[in-house]
Amino acid sequence: MTDLITPELVVLNLVATDKADATRQLAQKLQAAGRVTDLEGFLADVAAREAQMATGMPGGIGLPHARSEHVTVPSLGLARVPGGVDFGAPDGPATLVFLIAAPAGGGSEHLTILAALARRLVRPAFRQTIIDAADEAAVASYVQSEVGS
Amino acid sequence: MKFVAVTSCPTGIAHTYMAAENLEQTGKDLGHDVQVETQGSAGTVPLSDDIIAAADGVIYAADLEVKGKDRFAGKPFVDVGVKKAVHDPKAVLEAAIAAVENAPKAGTPEAAALAAAAPAPGKSAARDVGVGTRVRQWLMTGVSYMIPFVAAGGILIALGFLFGGDEVVTKLYGGEFEGVTYENVAGSLPLGFPTGQNFDTLLSQAGFAGILFALGKVAFFMLVPVLSGYIAFGIADRPGLVPGIVGGLLASVLGAGFLGGLVSGFAAGGLAYALTRLRVPKGVRGVMPVVVIPLVSVIVVGLFMIFVVGKPVAALTEALTDWLTSLSGTTGILLGAILGLMMAFDMGGPLNKVAYTFAAAGLTTAITSESGGPALTIMAAVMAAGMTPPLGMALATAVRKKLWTEAERENGLACWLLGASFITEGAIPFAAAHPLRVIPSCMVGSAVTGAMVMGFGNQLRAPHGGIWVLPLISNPVLYLLAIAVGTVITAGLVIFLMSLDAKKTERLAHEEDVAEGVAA
Repeated sequence: MTDLITPELVVLNLVATDKADATRQLAQKLQAAGRVTDLEGFLADVAAREAQMATGMPGGIGLPHARSEHVTVPSLGLARVPGGVDFGAPDGPATLVFLIAAPAGGGSEHLTILAALARRLVRPAFRQTIIDAADEAAVASYVQSEVGS
Repeated sequence: MKFVAVTSCPTGIAHTYMAAENLEQTGKDLGHDVQVETQGSAGTVPLSDDIIAAADGVIYAADLEVKGKDRFAGKPFVDVGVKKAVHDPKAVLEAAIAAVENAPKAGTPEAAALAAAAPAPGKSAARDVGVGTRVRQWLMTGVSYMIPFVAAGGILIALGFLFGGDEVVTKLYGGEFEGVTYENVAGSLPLGFPTGQNFDTLLSQAGFAGILFALGKVAFFMLVPVLSGYIAFGIADRPGLVPGIVGGLLASVLGAGFLGGLVSGFAAGGLAYALTRLRVPKGVRGVMPVVVIPLVSVIVVGLFMIFVVGKPVAALTEALTDWLTSLSGTTGILLGAILGLMMAFDMGGPLNKVAYTFAAAGLTTAITSESGGPALTIMAAVMAAGMTPPLGMALATAVRKKLWTEAERENGLACWLLGASFITEGAIPFAAAHPLRVIPSCMVGSAVTGAMVMGFGNQLRAPHGGIWVLPLISNPVLYLLAIAVGTVITAGLVIFLMSLDAKKTERLAHEEDVAEGVAA
């Protein structure tokens, strides 16, 4: 199975005007890696999900996500945003943005991985390790090893 | 303490699991055991029966309908939504602990009732509920969403009467009062909600009381659509809502009343459920929920309501009207009983409308010709017979609390006011939930009241208003006696019929669970 995250999908120093901008920049990475076929279509699916309930999570996390026809393999785009970007969380702007892209159909195997990822996000140690990581490769390999595949 | 929790969210890939992790971790921090069932996209691994049996309380952090909720029946619970568990798990856990501590202590009747309702260990109730139970759950989903509309609309209408005085009915429905002639500004409510010029007329004729009345009528109009829509929602989830609500609107517009709404709710729910089960090509799948299912289900349910329900209802209405017209001018006790039966049978449906329109039309002629004693008595009988169903239910819920769910008891309280204001619809939540027990009880009580009013010969010079137009009724003491007798008969009969249900404890606790679940 293709890795959920690779170094090309990590941005260490993202500057974004708002959450839509941050999401778009990460989605472009996914598109460049051939994981998203239709950028606008995918972003529309993410926006639709975002409209149901803001995905700002406690601990400075933005978690835009969608199951979309325009996604080929389950993927995770990850950005550190030192300046912060508002994802609607009650406790302030997000400094880590995780863009989860899941294919619309398919089996539950990849969804198990995403479930594992969601559980890790709650743990402070997981977040701190990503913030302290030296480079893109370190972030990608740590996340990949944590969600276990 | 030991807790079990269920988490779910719309997409099923993020909040579901973050909430689960949070609840488990927070439980550990606070020294409690929390076992979570994540009902997300990755599939659900059900909690074992042993774990559920051992749990002191249940946490629902679910934004979707909880699957297999019966498994947790009888346990104290909190229902918070998934977001709360993601952002503030500590508060959720504290609420759950409080819920367990405030639950009935073992040995009390309340605890015994809860225990009786809990499924036997080792048997997963969720997987083998009978058709009857499912139908009742669907009904209760619709009824529990409808009750606030009955309360809001009914009480607003009653307040309109209360503040408007006994002449407000004339000012709303038109006619002459103390030498002044009024236009009919309420007759076309709510579809013809007063606009522009009309609105000014409403305001100048009936004032603020008229506005309250108009708002109440609009809220009331949603009663059948909401009942129908949420029955369909209970069956088919979100896809059922559109055909259910549209079908319910058609039931209202076509004069089919709440019984028509029950038909449209089940038809829409069944159809939407079938459509969501269709296996379709991948290219079409994306547009199924947003375009195909709403379109197809509304067309089919709409045609069904117009041709299969609407046409017979129209024919029935016409035939009954002709039949009643052939009886007009008489004041027989039998006519009073027949009108009573019709008023109580469908509470706003075709039979009720025919009886009411028959009386109101007679009233209009009688007032202008100054000769119509019989017509005024018929109006009095119809109004009294329309007051006893909600009054009877109010009395029944007051004297035998244990037969009813919490929501029904509260609706029963509102029914005192609704019944007193001749708002027969107040009894609909009861009639929709237990049609075979409630409708016959109401019919008998109303028939007796209608016959008594005919016998006493009370006359009424207004088409609406309940006790608020008592000054316009001749012999008011005898009139109130007739209403009281019908009320007691209805209450007594419905208590008797409800008590016949051998498994009432189980059913009640179950309904309460369903009603509270959807209300939260």
